[in-house]
Amino acid sequence: MSAIQSIEQSYTVVGVDVSADMDQYLTFILADEEYGVDILRVQEIKGWGSVTPIPNTPEFIKGVINLRGTIVPIIDLRQRFGLKKMEYGKLTVVIVLKVVCEVGERVMGIIVDAVSDVYNVAEEEMKPPPDFGSVVSIDYVKGLATVGEKMVIVLDIDHLLTSSVYDSIDNSAK
Amino acid sequence: MSIDMKQFHQTFFDESFEGLDIMETGLLGLEVGAADEDVVNSIFRAAHSIKGGSGTFGFTDIASFTHILETMLDEMRDGTRDVTQEAVDGLLESVDCLREMLNAASDEADVDKDAVAKVQQKLEAILNSGGAAPAAVATSCVSTDDDASNINATGWSIRFAPHLGMLTTGNDPARMFRVLEELGDLLVVADVSGMPIYDEFHAEDIHISWQLTLTGDVSHEQVADVFEWVDDECDLEITELSESENLPEISKPDEPLAVAASNVDEQPKSDDRRQGDRRLSKSSGAESASIRVGIDKVDDIINLVGELVITQSMLGQVGAELEAEEQGCRDAIRIERLREGLAQLERNTRELQESVMRIRMLPISFVFSRFPRMVHDLSSKMDKSIELIISGEQTELDKTIMEKIGDPLVHLVRNSIDHGIETTQERIAAGKPETGTVSLNAFHQGGNIVLEIRDDGKGLNREKILAKARERGLVQDDELVPDEKIYDLIFQPGFSTADVVSDVSGRGVGMDVVRRNIRDLGGNVEIHSETGVGTVMLIRLPLTLAILDGQLVSVGKQTYVVPLTSIIESLQIRCDQIKTVAGQAHVYLLRDEYIPIIRLCDVFDVPARTADIDGGLMVVVEGDGQKAGLVVDDLLAQQQVVIKSLETNFKRVDGISGATILGDGTVAMILDVGGLIAYSKSMDPAVIRSRKNDNEHMIQQDRESPQEGNEMVMMKMNKEAADERNTVH
Repeated sequence: MSAIQSIEQSYTVVGVDVSADMDQYLTFILADEEYGVDILRVQEIKGWGSVTPIPNTPEFIKGVINLRGTIVPIIDLRQRFGLKKMEYGKLTVVIVLKVVCEVGERVMGIIVDAVSDVYNVAEEEMKPPPDFGSVVSIDYVKGLATVGEKMVIVLDIDHLLTSSVYDSIDNSAK
Repeated sequence: MSIDMKQFHQTFFDESFEGLDIMETGLLGLEVGAADEDVVNSIFRAAHSIKGGSGTFGFTDIASFTHILETMLDEMRDGTRDVTQEAVDGLLESVDCLREMLNAASDEADVDKDAVAKVQQKLEAILNSGGAAPAAVATSCVSTDDDASNINATGWSIRFAPHLGMLTTGNDPARMFRVLEELGDLLVVADVSGMPIYDEFHAEDIHISWQLTLTGDVSHEQVADVFEWVDDECDLEITELSESENLPEISKPDEPLAVAASNVDEQPKSDDRRQGDRRLSKSSGAESASIRVGIDKVDDIINLVGELVITQSMLGQVGAELEAEEQGCRDAIRIERLREGLAQLERNTRELQESVMRIRMLPISFVFSRFPRMVHDLSSKMDKSIELIISGEQTELDKTIMEKIGDPLVHLVRNSIDHGIETTQERIAAGKPETGTVSLNAFHQGGNIVLEIRDDGKGLNREKILAKARERGLVQDDELVPDEKIYDLIFQPGFSTADVVSDVSGRGVGMDVVRRNIRDLGGNVEIHSETGVGTVMLIRLPLTLAILDGQLVSVGKQTYVVPLTSIIESLQIRCDQIKTVAGQAHVYLLRDEYIPIIRLCDVFDVPARTADIDGGLMVVVEGDGQKAGLVVDDLLAQQQVVIKSLETNFKRVDGISGATILGDGTVAMILDVGGLIAYSKSMDPAVIRSRKNDNEHMIQQDRESPQEGNEMVMMKMNKEAADERNTVH
């Protein structure tokens, strides 16, 4: 399985310098692609557990969990992007993120295939996203970063997750 | 001293506003009859401390304004001025004015100087015109020209022995002596015999006592006034100085004996002896019974206790499981000890939760206290004679609810006065007592607090409301409308039957807002009215916003919480009682009432355990005046749940008022019954039907295979995932 492979690969990447004008990104795997989020927004990473569904919400909103007394909604990023659903297993990971929106700060979780690595990306290494006909709307992409041979899609999680909350259109068409 | 005075400002404002409330309440009490000495005194004291405080903090305009007020009150206190309606009204007006000034000062905004000057002039006019023959002026700031009867002695001998900790309450003997010095010739003799050795000396303790001799035309009261704030903090003897008594044979103490224990450094200077300089601290023994705490701190504790309750019930469940499993094994004794410990934990947690909740509870008098003033003003403005009766003001209510219920309540009371109570002539003509009565009552009823606003006015005009409703097309012309529906109409936005729009009410804005505010608090409002007899409005509110008594119900694999207050009854469904309307909507005939049936599994789109409704369970609920039967799979426990907002990290969801965490750590949704009924009505029947088919399909599959619903879903997912893998690779 590709997800596992990439995790194994990523574990071999060591010793990245942290310098002042570099941002750190946590990357994760979603349908063989590598996505990144600003590491300062990551509150914690936890395994997949049971959720309580919220009635009458799009299918990509899996429900809410109890995170030490806080009610945290969980979004399946595969379904959010209209990718095929995947069986939740031992490797399925929930990344709990701090999302900044107009009304303040929200805590939300995203379900991804697997967590990959932490990269330092200098600002100039970040390229604006071309209008690729991808499943991911360009609106939610902050930029593309090249790390070694790989390309990392850096997500604008504020925009992505805030729109997920208010978007009543069910994107999980498949 | 370079203390930033700003840090004390908030306390000063808080205390001043409290003082104003005291003054207002007192003044309203005054108008009924002659001056009650205690009441006048309490008003005076409040004014006095506002004046003192504002002087200390440099709000000179407030201080000088209060001074006039104080002067007037002092005359009333001495009995040299009659308590007239004019004076009371003037004082009330100045209380308002002071409130404005304090507000402005606290926001660091500018105050409307003209308005202040106007009130001030008015007050001065009253002061100069009325009452007193020899106008006695404010207490301690004037020492001469005061020939009121109680001034006689040539002087006073004062023994002043402060208690050890007096300085810590902000009282400074040196300042008091300075004030005394203004009154007459002052001789201060310090007794330092009580001083400990230097090593044991603590800078904030007073070990000195004083023998003061004050000669001059000074009243006992004036002297006592100086010590008013330290009454509880010292031993004080004030005796009249008889002619024969010799002054103590001690030379005049010129240097800092008097200030030995404090570090006040300057010598008294006559030109800065403004009375406002007296640093008067209100902290005396009686008030230390309560402390001021930020509401956020209390909320933090409440949240933590909520967590504790969840943890406790989680442990309780583990304990119970353990007990069931391990019966008869060798660890039985230890398990028994564990069980006892858990039981104790449960008890303590519950008590802790209750006490913490009580911190947030305040008596409703905080809200009710504003009404006497309002009724007083409105009745004189509208020339109606109205008596306000308040009862149950000690009923306690959550502070958050209290803050939000104030405005709706004001609106309703105003309506009662404006629309309900008739003018005096009308009342006499109708054979009613001349004075109308508005009563405010608060009481507990089954886990709710009920606020009742009752008036003996003309009642709601059923015909007029109906006519207006027909005019606006809210009601069909030939429609028969039950009373509740009519009264419900007045809560419609923009609905007003007032012939004349007054500045008090009648614009039709408000009642809808009132109802919305009350609903937002989880309450509801009911109206009962009888033409010519009066109107009763009942507001039902939850005691607190933080916890809720809930009935847990299960639908499929999900657990939901139904607020206990909205449940009327639960029953087993009999198939022959289900009727169909227009082929799709189901109603249930309960006794002689048709109740719409809401299948939670359809509305929330979760697979139910059984498609067969016959013999199932139905919870009859009521929300927003509408009844409905919720079909559920099972009734579980009744328990108190801690309400958590869904909106914090998500958004509002139709039919859901919040979420809670159950004993096993999972999340359960709390139903918003009113919202749920409205939502189920708005749902497209086609959607429901397709869901029903889906669910039935699922159940069908369930029956064919032994697996449970969720595994089935999982299997479907497996298949899809496999498909995907096939396509990807």
